[in-house]
Amino acid sequence: MLEYVGKIRDIARRLLSENKVDVVIGFRQGTIPMMSEPAVVSRPEDVDELYWDYNCGINLTNYLTKRTDRIGVVAKGCDSRNIVTHIVENQIKREQLYIIGVPCHGMIDRSRILAALDGQEPTAVVVNDTEIVVTGPGFERKFNRQEYLQNNCATCIHRNPVVYDELVAEKVEEQKLDDRYADVKKIEAMSPDEKWAFFDKILAPCLRCYACRNACPLCYCPTCFVDESRPQWLGKSIDPTDVRTFHFLRAYHCAGRCTDCGACERACPVNIPVRLLTKKLNMDVEDLYGFEPGMVPDVRPPLDVYRPDDPGGFIK
Amino acid sequence: MTSVIIAKSKLNDFLASLKSGYQVLGPVRQGDMIAFGPVNKAEDLALPYSNTRLSIKSVFFPQSERMFGYSLDKEDADAGIIKETPKEYPNRVVLGLRPCDAKAVTLVDVNMDNPQFQDPWWVKRRETTTLIGLGCEHPCSTCFCTSMGSGPFDETGLDVLLTELPDAYLAKSLTPKGDQLLKQAKGTDAASPANEKTAAEIKTKAEQTLPQLDTAKLKDKNMMELFNARFWERVQFACINCGACTFLCPTCWCFDIQDEVSKKAGDRIRNWDSCMFPLFTLHGTGHNPRDHKVQRVRQRFMHKLKYYIDKYGDGPACVGCGRCVQACPVNIDIRNVITLMNEYQTSAGTKA
Amino acid sequence: MGNPYLPYPVRIDEIITETEDKNLKTFKFVFLNPADEQAFKYEPGQFAELSIAGKGEIPIGIASSPTETGFLKFTVNKVGLVTSHLHNMSVGDVMGVRGPLGNWYPLKELEGKNIVIVGGGFAFTTLRSTIVYLLQPENRSRFGDITVIYGARTPGMLLYKDELAAWEQRSDIHMHITVDRADDPTWKYNVGFVPAITEQKAPSAENAVAIVCGPPIMIKFTQPVLEKVGFTPDTIIMSLEMRMKCGIGICGRCNLGTEYVCKDGPVFTLAQLNNLPKEY
Repeated sequence: MLEYVGKIRDIARRLLSENKVDVVIGFRQGTIPMMSEPAVVSRPEDVDELYWDYNCGINLTNYLTKRTDRIGVVAKGCDSRNIVTHIVENQIKREQLYIIGVPCHGMIDRSRILAALDGQEPTAVVVNDTEIVVTGPGFERKFNRQEYLQNNCATCIHRNPVVYDELVAEKVEEQKLDDRYADVKKIEAMSPDEKWAFFDKILAPCLRCYACRNACPLCYCPTCFVDESRPQWLGKSIDPTDVRTFHFLRAYHCAGRCTDCGACERACPVNIPVRLLTKKLNMDVEDLYGFEPGMVPDVRPPLDVYRPDDPGGFIK
Repeated sequence: MTSVIIAKSKLNDFLASLKSGYQVLGPVRQGDMIAFGPVNKAEDLALPYSNTRLSIKSVFFPQSERMFGYSLDKEDADAGIIKETPKEYPNRVVLGLRPCDAKAVTLVDVNMDNPQFQDPWWVKRRETTTLIGLGCEHPCSTCFCTSMGSGPFDETGLDVLLTELPDAYLAKSLTPKGDQLLKQAKGTDAASPANEKTAAEIKTKAEQTLPQLDTAKLKDKNMMELFNARFWERVQFACINCGACTFLCPTCWCFDIQDEVSKKAGDRIRNWDSCMFPLFTLHGTGHNPRDHKVQRVRQRFMHKLKYYIDKYGDGPACVGCGRCVQACPVNIDIRNVITLMNEYQTSAGTKA
Repeated sequence: MGNPYLPYPVRIDEIITETEDKNLKTFKFVFLNPADEQAFKYEPGQFAELSIAGKGEIPIGIASSPTETGFLKFTVNKVGLVTSHLHNMSVGDVMGVRGPLGNWYPLKELEGKNIVIVGGGFAFTTLRSTIVYLLQPENRSRFGDITVIYGARTPGMLLYKDELAAWEQRSDIHMHITVDRADDPTWKYNVGFVPAITEQKAPSAENAVAIVCGPPIMIKFTQPVLEKVGFTPDTIIMSLEMRMKCGIGICGRCNLGTEYVCKDGPVFTLAQLNNLPKEY
């Protein structure tokens, strides 16, 4: 994927030099292995700051919300779908954007690799076509790339941007998957008690730091329901009831809007698989409405529309 | 101050003797993470370990803590009167925390236990807790403790410092609390000069592995010029204003106070809070003095790296543990910010 | 060791609706335990946390003066959750007061000086405390001229109307009451914004300090007027409002740079504020 870097820089340089955009938003190379930093560049001479690798899992659409300038934005498949959602939900205008589309090979799962290293610390990580080669003081470990992709990337069927002005490379082949929702179905198959215990267990470490919410491009509400004080919908402690309420309600707010970009899970400092919640709702929306978020401009998410001729009896 | 040897084969004897006088906490496995939890036997300790995901602070300052209770039942004579609720303060030992965390506790002491006001819960827990640190033979690549006035074998804030030798731990007592603990402990043997020499070599070697960040100029910078520096715009761009850095940080002490009511009784609770959250400074009128992300990001770094230094003549309020570097979802690296601040050329150059 | 987060229990002894919009009420509290009153030693300019079980706490300037004993008074604007609840409480209800908190107007150091008090709107509370303190017979002789400029939007929005009228009658205090607009034809005082009236009355800066408390817009326009007549940043004293929780400089939210408004303030000279981030 490193060949993308030069192309991203060339496009950014051209856009800025020709005054087609005011800024370009992309990634800067991380200061530690398997990380990268969202960055904004506004001068052609600074475009060499831009970078691309297998660690660009943060969703850059999060940085577009309510901006008023002309923006070049680097977008992989999921980012592009969130751009569509942002346009549909009036958070940005298509005319403001020059979308630098990145056909994506999937991002590598930092937290799973760190867990597998079990305390050994990586100082360099190199990714090739099949392997992730991790080196550190006195060790080298190799991981199968496909196995250690972020879970959302392993089940992604829209690696190519759905909307773009220019692609940095030829489109990649989309994955053909038997069942993208196997993990959700496993939970669905649990008894209520098992489910309860499972959710308690995964949510137990939550600190309510809101990294999941804040990394999510969908969470742009001026005041989130957890921050409302009048009325105050939920307590602010780490009482399990409040923690559950936060995660479950947030997932519902993302139903039919979530592109499964994985930014929430990647951002979590305590490794909570928050995507399991949003993914269940994505699956339901797909089953019930045949709707995939962020694929078509001008179509509002199904839970966001009211139609008098709705076939569902409950609405009448 | 005495030093003794605890043979690895006798660690369970040592622990068993501690347990007769103390609750013992130490780094234990919790899912993917290592966290401070109860230790019953040597095998519970997640050794070797680099550092706990969350810092030591919750041992003294839990994320959510009941401060007071009250009745709201009009039938009660004392309805509406806010009352202290009894709390237990058992003698505790934290075994195996890293020296940076102990140093951090002393930096927070300045806030929680000052000449004018003492936070009673922090103070009480500090009094009843004995800290046995474990020196870091292999600091992480994100560690920069020696640049921040601490180090992999820093003794600040510890009662006992352990150095891991091939078959044993050298335990050096640093305070009367440490003396008492080691005196009562079983499984210890006299330390030899050779042990001490090996420990000193391990310490020097570990210190040499750490990078040096220059922080010397922070003290003399003009606060307002640093505050108005242009680099904050660049630093803040990626920030998503979550609380991961502040919650994982061992020196972040900010909290919120909330009342929670259930039926006819309620609690006053304090919860960790974060300067990253807009709500932190939002006035009742809707006015917010730190309405913009850049203001909040600046507040966090300025507090640690400038305000603390200026206010207390000590610090910075960072120990270089590297947790925020590891956990920031968008890779905002405090090491870069330290350098930006330290190297910033203000017009006056020094403090007016 | 006392617990600095624990409020003293108090009973609401009297509630006075101060303003025509009914958004400002003065609450008079008496301590349930007489020993607590002894412990609650305060100075004009300090504040306290009004503490309501089940709702929370809110920092409010103390409107009574230490020269008044047996009670505490607070004038509370109905803004948020806690203040709205307080406005619905009744005489006889029990709640808590935690304090006194923060620093105070440095009146002891100002003895021998002329005092100019400039207030606007509902920020007049700690200024009332100050005036009552200054006018107390044994205190009055220790200060020079006392000038008060106090404004509100309309006559009905002025606080402490009876006391204002009484002070108007006295010769040892120069009162300049003003309103932004007066529909009342019997209004006999000034009409105009506080900065304009300050300019018109031009209190002398000679051996004087100005204590200014009011909404940000009033402060913004009064400050240059005061500087024009010769007040310097050292002789302009202000009191700030901030979101607070602990009130004792520990919880971390109310800082301006190195200074915690709750503990190192809320009273600052303009000279001090000029060297602090304007995050208020």
